[in-house]
Amino acid sequence: MTVPISWYLILAAVLFAIGTVGALTRRNGISIFLSIEVMLNAANLTLIAYARQFESHAGQVVVFFVMAVAAAEAAVGLALFIAVFRQRHTIDLNRINLLRW
Amino acid sequence: MLEYLWLIPVLTFLGAALNGLFGSRLPKPVVTAIGVGAPLGALLVALGCLWHFWQGGGEAVGQTYWAWTAGSLSIDAAFLLDRLSAVMLFVVTFVGFLIHVYSAGYMSHESGYWRYFSYLNLFMTAMLLLILGDNYLIMFVGWEGVGLCSYLLIGFYYDQVFPPYAGKKAFIVNRIGDFAFLVGMFALIAKFGTLKYSTIFEQVVKDSSLVTGPYVLGLTFASFVALCFFVGAMGKSAQIPLFVWLPDAMAGPTPVSALIHAATMVTAGVYMIVRTNAIYQAAPGVSMFVAVIGAATAIFAATIGLAQNDIKKVLAYSTVSQLGYMFLAAGLGAYSAAIFHLGTHAFFKALLFLGSGSVIHAMGGEQDMRQMGGLKKALPQTYWTYVIGALAIAGIFPFSGFFSKDEILHAAAGNGQWILYIVGLATAGLTAFYMFRSVFLTFHGKFRGTHEQEHHLHESPPVMTIPLWILAVGAAVAGLAGLPGEGNWLHHTFEKLTERPAGLPEAAEHHVSVLVLALVALAVAGTSIWLALRVYGRDRGLAGDQAFAGRWPTVHRLLENKYYVDEIYDRLIVRPLAALSTFFWKGIDATLIDGTVNTAGATAKVAGEVGRFSTTGNVRNYALYFFLGVIALFVWLIL
Repeated sequence: MTVPISWYLILAAVLFAIGTVGALTRRNGISIFLSIEVMLNAANLTLIAYARQFESHAGQVVVFFVMAVAAAEAAVGLALFIAVFRQRHTIDLNRINLLRW
Repeated sequence: MLEYLWLIPVLTFLGAALNGLFGSRLPKPVVTAIGVGAPLGALLVALGCLWHFWQGGGEAVGQTYWAWTAGSLSIDAAFLLDRLSAVMLFVVTFVGFLIHVYSAGYMSHESGYWRYFSYLNLFMTAMLLLILGDNYLIMFVGWEGVGLCSYLLIGFYYDQVFPPYAGKKAFIVNRIGDFAFLVGMFALIAKFGTLKYSTIFEQVVKDSSLVTGPYVLGLTFASFVALCFFVGAMGKSAQIPLFVWLPDAMAGPTPVSALIHAATMVTAGVYMIVRTNAIYQAAPGVSMFVAVIGAATAIFAATIGLAQNDIKKVLAYSTVSQLGYMFLAAGLGAYSAAIFHLGTHAFFKALLFLGSGSVIHAMGGEQDMRQMGGLKKALPQTYWTYVIGALAIAGIFPFSGFFSKDEILHAAAGNGQWILYIVGLATAGLTAFYMFRSVFLTFHGKFRGTHEQEHHLHESPPVMTIPLWILAVGAAVAGLAGLPGEGNWLHHTFEKLTERPAGLPEAAEHHVSVLVLALVALAVAGTSIWLALRVYGRDRGLAGDQAFAGRWPTVHRLLENKYYVDEIYDRLIVRPLAALSTFFWKGIDATLIDGTVNTAGATAKVAGEVGRFSTTGNVRNYALYFFLGVIALFVWLIL
């Protein structure tokens, strides 16, 4: 029995929604980061699903790129958070709002 | 020698450039050497050229230096020495040089000495271009150049209030005329495709029907061009209604008044009309208009001259009046008489102005004749030369004005224009009267100025009196050039230049005795001088003016205030224009245009003020915007 593509897509959509809600509602920087990772992986899942459906390797290649970007992002982002935490002893994003009017 | 014609304006231009660029750092004698040397060089070259010109029988000589072509229109930078420009060349370089010499004495105490000579040399350059050019464009360049120099020199004393204002007025009034001149040139280009005198006039003289066809506004082509040029001449040569700038131009240094506002620049309009005579002959209506305006200006200005107290103002109105005379002659088709009077006037009016300058110099800057009187003793040379000038302008035999004025009156009578003749005769009488009023008020009677001024009185140095004497000789004998009768040199000289275009009806010729007219004119002038002597002579001084003011107070006030022409222009033209300008400034520019621009700016500013609050600094808000944006994009793509 083959799993139909719609199942993958629905799963990806659910993951994406969870990620979005998490990114918009959490205040902790790390949590938002994790949510974004979930969104990225939802996108990856979609790409993989379509790659299989259309028997094309292009989708799989893009996924590698996304994973590389996500890794780089995590490295830079975590470094930033550590730097911010040293200065302000918090990574609550509601309290890091210096760049405004 | 004639191939050095180009050198004449170039020399004066070099003088202007040297003094203008380095004059402030040069010692005064060097400035004088350059400033007076340049016109002297120009005069010598001009005399050499003129000598060879007459040796060659007075045939026109054209010299092209380079051709300027724009599309189908080709205009040469070229000079033309024909009999007309030869006469003008002599007058301009000769009188111009003498006035430069005089200026070296008159302006010796001024701080802007080098600036003055630079302007004056530049003026000579422009004037020479005006008369030597072989087409209207070069004339126009000179025309504008003399206007510019006139403006600069009237406003020479720029640290005072009035002179810059007078300069501005002269410039603006002249612009009105220049505009018409330009339109006339455009019409000529459209019709003939060239502005070269010889090309245009040869065609017109050969067949006048070329220009007598209907053109615009119900005018023939000739009338239209003639009218445009005459409006140009009105501005430059101070004719009604554009004469108002000339009396105010007296705010400049006196030698400037002599050179620019009496002898040369203001006669440029007469020169232009005589130059264009082929077209004027084909436009009899406009010619008559020229004559009428000339006569009206002559008598109008002469009456104002009766009641002026400023010695230079008297001479200024007299200049306007004499220019009217020249236009009267030009309008009547007596072109040689117009040039004749132009030449004699250049001598005697320059002489009178320089004489008045000598008086002003002695009086320490005082120009009001009411403060003068009895200057004969202190300034004998100035007195005698001034009297010669006054006799010449009054038209007393055998001084030059007698012959030239007589020629004009004879032209009026010969054309059967008896009204114009009477007006001219009356003007001659008035001229004699107000000139001798100024002689008596200035030089006769008792001194009326302050004790200090009386102590200061002195005859001018030779550098000023020698030019006076040379001009006096000129004013006395210049009439020989146009002795009446068959041997009239000027008449013969201009015969070919003023050839009547073919196809025009012959002008009606009324035979009037020259001798009778001359005697009548002489009698009128003599009576006027005698009257002036009765009213102002001996020790009467100002009593004459008081008697006049007492008997006809309204007339006197009217004349003293120059018929309120300036006030009328102020009400009718200047103020409405100023109001209109204010409307455009405050109503259109400051409110509408600035308002639009400012509103645009203010809108952006308000939008920014409001919009900046979207920048909360909270990353989560930005994420939300981002998300909403994605949704919006999504919706837009799907729908």
